[in-house]
Amino acid sequence: MRITCPFCGERELGEFSYLGDAKPVRPAAGAGEDAVYDYVYLRDNVAGVMAENWYHGGGCRAWLKVTRNTLTHEISAVEPAAGAGARQVAK
Amino acid sequence: MKYSIFSLARAALSGHKNWQRTWRDAAPKDHYDVVIIGGGGHGLATAWFLASEFGIRNVAVLEKGWIGSGNAGRNTTIIRSNYGLPGNTGFYELSMKLWERMEQDLNYNAMVSQRGVLNLYHSDAQRDAYARRGNTMRINGIDAELLDQAALKKMLPFLNFDHARFPVQGGLLQRRGGTARHDAVVWGYAHAASELGVDIIQNCEVTGFVRDGNGKVTGVETSRGKIGAGKVGMAVAGSSSRVAAMAGMRLPIESHVLQAFVSEAIKPLIPGVMTFGAGHFYVSQSDKGGLVFGGDIDGYNSYAQRGNLPVMEDVCEGGMALIPMIGRVRLLRQWGGIMDMSMDGSPIIDKTPVDGLYLNAGWCYGGFKATPGSGFVFAHLLARDETHKEAALFRLDRFQRGAMIDEKGQGAQPNLH
Ligand SMILES: Cc1cc2nc3c(=O)[nH]c(=O)nc-3n(C[C@H](O)[C@H](O)[C@H](O)COP(=O)(O)OP(=O)(O)OC[C@H]3O[C@@H](n4cnc5c(N)ncnc54)[C@H](O)[C@@H]3O)c2cc1C
Ligand SMILES: [Zn+2]
Repeated sequence: MRITCPFCGERELGEFSYLGDAKPVRPAAGAGEDAVYDYVYLRDNVAGVMAENWYHGGGCRAWLKVTRNTLTHEISAVEPAAGAGARQVAK
Repeated sequence: MKYSIFSLARAALSGHKNWQRTWRDAAPKDHYDVVIIGGGGHGLATAWFLASEFGIRNVAVLEKGWIGSGNAGRNTTIIRSNYGLPGNTGFYELSMKLWERMEQDLNYNAMVSQRGVLNLYHSDAQRDAYARRGNTMRINGIDAELLDQAALKKMLPFLNFDHARFPVQGGLLQRRGGTARHDAVVWGYAHAASELGVDIIQNCEVTGFVRDGNGKVTGVETSRGKIGAGKVGMAVAGSSSRVAAMAGMRLPIESHVLQAFVSEAIKPLIPGVMTFGAGHFYVSQSDKGGLVFGGDIDGYNSYAQRGNLPVMEDVCEGGMALIPMIGRVRLLRQWGGIMDMSMDGSPIIDKTPVDGLYLNAGWCYGGFKATPGSGFVFAHLLARDETHKEAALFRLDRFQRGAMIDEKGQGAQPNLH
């Protein structure tokens, strides 16, 4: 598996670290224990196409949102992660 | 059929042409008292304990492929009970005791080999941590010995004692640990359970749950039709989230791939199981002579059941750091299996919020050694609707209660456990 970083080009997997499913969103302060439990512990654990966060520590050190099929390892899209200042640079 | 010295001699003298099938390949009935989903070690052990210990024999094990085609047949076969945290310590020792009598109980040769499991340490801090773990084990009646460098130099002269960064300083040894023949464990439980009337149904994939007006699970939909059940137990290893989703549940679990490696056969070198404490590498030698080894999971969600190269490189580097001469040995085969990685690295054995549905999941690196213990406590739960005392901390709601069993202290990050 290789990931094509929008800034650095196609690189080998060892340059990247995985943070997991990009879907969980940190609940607002005061959202309650159930919302925190859901965010921290529960996962869809998708068998199929999933958006996930990867960090390009061995390259540009940007956070990336990678769309990948967990059944085949096929990657269909790589973008700068939301909130990363990098998104501006990419334009 | 019962195995004995006479049955073996008879089969040998007749040219090995008259071996009988070891279990009945059953067709599904309309209804069972208990249906177990998953024909791996855990599902089959559960069925056997239900029949042999708890007197429930109207039981079916449903397997989507062939029995043992999942992790039961893909692991590196290490068994041990050297865990330090409450919950794990007692449970894995219960399992170890069941390994020690398994072959007699099942009338099947599972090649349980108690040749020792040795965890090496490479720093003063690590020695102290291992001493503490060893003491915890001994307080709980489990064998553990802390060995120093001089003792190891005699036992394993080929280790890299002079490594500049990670010199081997000593190790924690559990002599009762070792390995078992993984396929034989599956076949043994299938053999013994089938003798007691359990139906083992292969090529039968569960595709949904049948529920009554109150939402209670009363059966399963399968690729071979609907099967009614008093209770349904899930023991589907890396597929737990997918099967739970059919009942509308989300679990504190991610599926990750773990690889295993086997080298070409060499003369006897490694007496027991050894682990490298400064990286992640563990190795034993099979009876055929191949070195069987592994290390970290690939680190990202996967259902692909095959591994990737960076981890292969990392594992081989770990091996070279510890035993430089294995660089001369050629790698023969490599494969991957999909495991449940739970949010604290420990298993879940519990009733679910869905009436009639019971969960046995979250088995990460340690799931093979857990096979007999898991089968026993899961059967106890299914038969009596009561959690066995050695599974008391493996509850599903522990994440909500803040009662994690985080042996590695990594937090809610499955790829770090
Ligand atoms: C490479 C590798 C090395 C390992 N090494 C060790 C080790 O040395 N020591 C150790 O203790 N542990 C080890 N483990 C972990 C251990 O193998 C697993 O945790 C354990 O085997 C899981 O339990 P099981 O045997 O019942 O699972 P499995 O054998 O995977 O059984 C689950 C079964 O459920 C079936 N199934 C799934 N979905 C459905 C469905 N919808 N309908 C019907 N059937 C279904 C699957 O086909 C499968 O056969 C290792 C794992 C891997 C992958
Ligand atoms: Zn980059």
